[in-house]
Amino acid sequence: MFVMEFLAVVKRDCETCKLVEPVLAELRDTHGVTLYSQDDPAFPELLGGAEDDRALKQSWRLRIETVPTLVRLEEGAEVSRTEGWDRTEWARVTGMSNIGVGLPPFQPGCGSRTQDPGMPEKLALQYGNLTFDSREIELGEDDDPAEIAFDRGWTDGMPVVPPTDLRIARMLSGTARAPDEIIGLIPPNLAECTVEKVAINAVMAGCRPEYLPVVLAVTEAALKPEFSMHGLLATLWFSGPVIIVNGPVSKRLGMNWGGNVFGQGNRANATIGRAFQLLIRNVGGGRPREIDRSVFGNPGKYSFCFPEDETDPDWMSLNVARGSAPGSSTVTLFHGDGVQGIADQKSRDPESLARSLAMGLCGVTHPKLAEYSNAILAISPDHYDIFKAEGWGRAEVESALREALRRPGRDLVEGEQGVGAGIDPSRAEEMVDKFREGGLLVVRAGGRGGLFSAIIGGWTGQRRHTEVQIVSQEIGI
Amino acid sequence: MSYSINAMRDPTAETESVERDRIPPKMELSNATIGLLSISKERSAEFLDSVEKLLTAQGHNVLRFEKPTHTKPAPEGILQDIVERCDVVVEGLAD
Repeated sequence: MFVMEFLAVVKRDCETCKLVEPVLAELRDTHGVTLYSQDDPAFPELLGGAEDDRALKQSWRLRIETVPTLVRLEEGAEVSRTEGWDRTEWARVTGMSNIGVGLPPFQPGCGSRTQDPGMPEKLALQYGNLTFDSREIELGEDDDPAEIAFDRGWTDGMPVVPPTDLRIARMLSGTARAPDEIIGLIPPNLAECTVEKVAINAVMAGCRPEYLPVVLAVTEAALKPEFSMHGLLATLWFSGPVIIVNGPVSKRLGMNWGGNVFGQGNRANATIGRAFQLLIRNVGGGRPREIDRSVFGNPGKYSFCFPEDETDPDWMSLNVARGSAPGSSTVTLFHGDGVQGIADQKSRDPESLARSLAMGLCGVTHPKLAEYSNAILAISPDHYDIFKAEGWGRAEVESALREALRRPGRDLVEGEQGVGAGIDPSRAEEMVDKFREGGLLVVRAGGRGGLFSAIIGGWTGQRRHTEVQIVSQEIGI
Repeated sequence: MSYSINAMRDPTAETESVERDRIPPKMELSNATIGLLSISKERSAEFLDSVEKLLTAQGHNVLRFEKPTHTKPAPEGILQDIVERCDVVVEGLAD
């Protein structure tokens, strides 16, 4: 004769749990049942109350997702369970063919409290095996965690969200990757970086858990040798990493590609870029005025992340143009400076507008330099209308820009136009491209109301085009 | 197991910084082998050519080294080569 037991988990705040009260009493009288109540141990009154599981320890151990849940054990091991009220199912699990006669045949259950927002991570920390390798920094009763973070040099100058265990656990729920997985070595110190360290810095930056896969993809992209993250950090030039997000992920995260796209106000835009910058600072040890030798820096070094406007199906998105599958979500990392506006409120045909935008682009790094850095051109919706009206897409825009950005070398050589700066005199007889092939990233972004577009100049290190390259990375889970 | 609510986790690499004194500069250069490391910026080599000429005229033994690119740290092999073969090293040219 084997030992058979029944367990049931209920809560008072559930109509179905109240419905099954007489059924549970029937089961108790026939076979016995151990009851656990998630919210009130006095419930169910008909059975004289239940074991107190307000701390949810038993519910977590039993992996309860719905109440009521009925579990059948034989010799201490679970053999079957049913959720909610379904007479056929309860009859199967209990072996009592006439159970619950008089009740409706079916009524769905309610959510278990173990599934409340943030609860799974809390319970995993309390009762599970989720632990962290990072050192614990104890806080005194009167310590302000934000001030401790400043004192320890963890911040970019603005306050950070204190990385507590619960916040880190919730951040890690945003990825399927294990906390101890090593992403790579972060420059300049080439320090080992785990998913856990990325999560901690993402917490501090203010990310939501669903942003974490993007931050992980940014980190992986930046660590590709061809991106030269060490050099970008150490340069005297203005640049920092500029992150362009493409694909369905940007809509899913509620990112902003419209008005004020490069400005403040959108949580995902603001915190994804910031998380990566904090990672470079904290894990890599890359701090301004130390290894970061930038003469000026730029405000984008707090955070510079934006999605491309992909709302027009006629426009080929940047990641697809760079070889990703349509519909895939990616990050593209560019070594970029601040934003320079270019106004053209007179051009009414695409040829004129392309020549006009090219004039602005010639100013990147220096008007007389060529193939010395790359650039991003962000075309506003109002400027884009002028291209689209004549059927111009990415290919036509890029081709016209390329043509307009090819200039006679004799105008650009050192000393010409009374300016010492310029290209090497040996190129005087050539037609010279402003940017190398693939070095100008054309994207759509921004809001309506202005016939202007935006230029983001690139790092002068990009002139070493085999050593310093724009990189893309698919966003995983 | 319970978790702490009055603690934060360290976001850094947790590498201990070891205080080390700098190697004292070599004051006596006679018989010293001097390495000249070009960081491969524009005109690095030209600048170091001049330095080499001056040092050679003073009777020093000069060896030349070059990083493949100024955009990345020097490869370990070049650093080891310098350590093995030189007594002092001059690095240039930065902007």
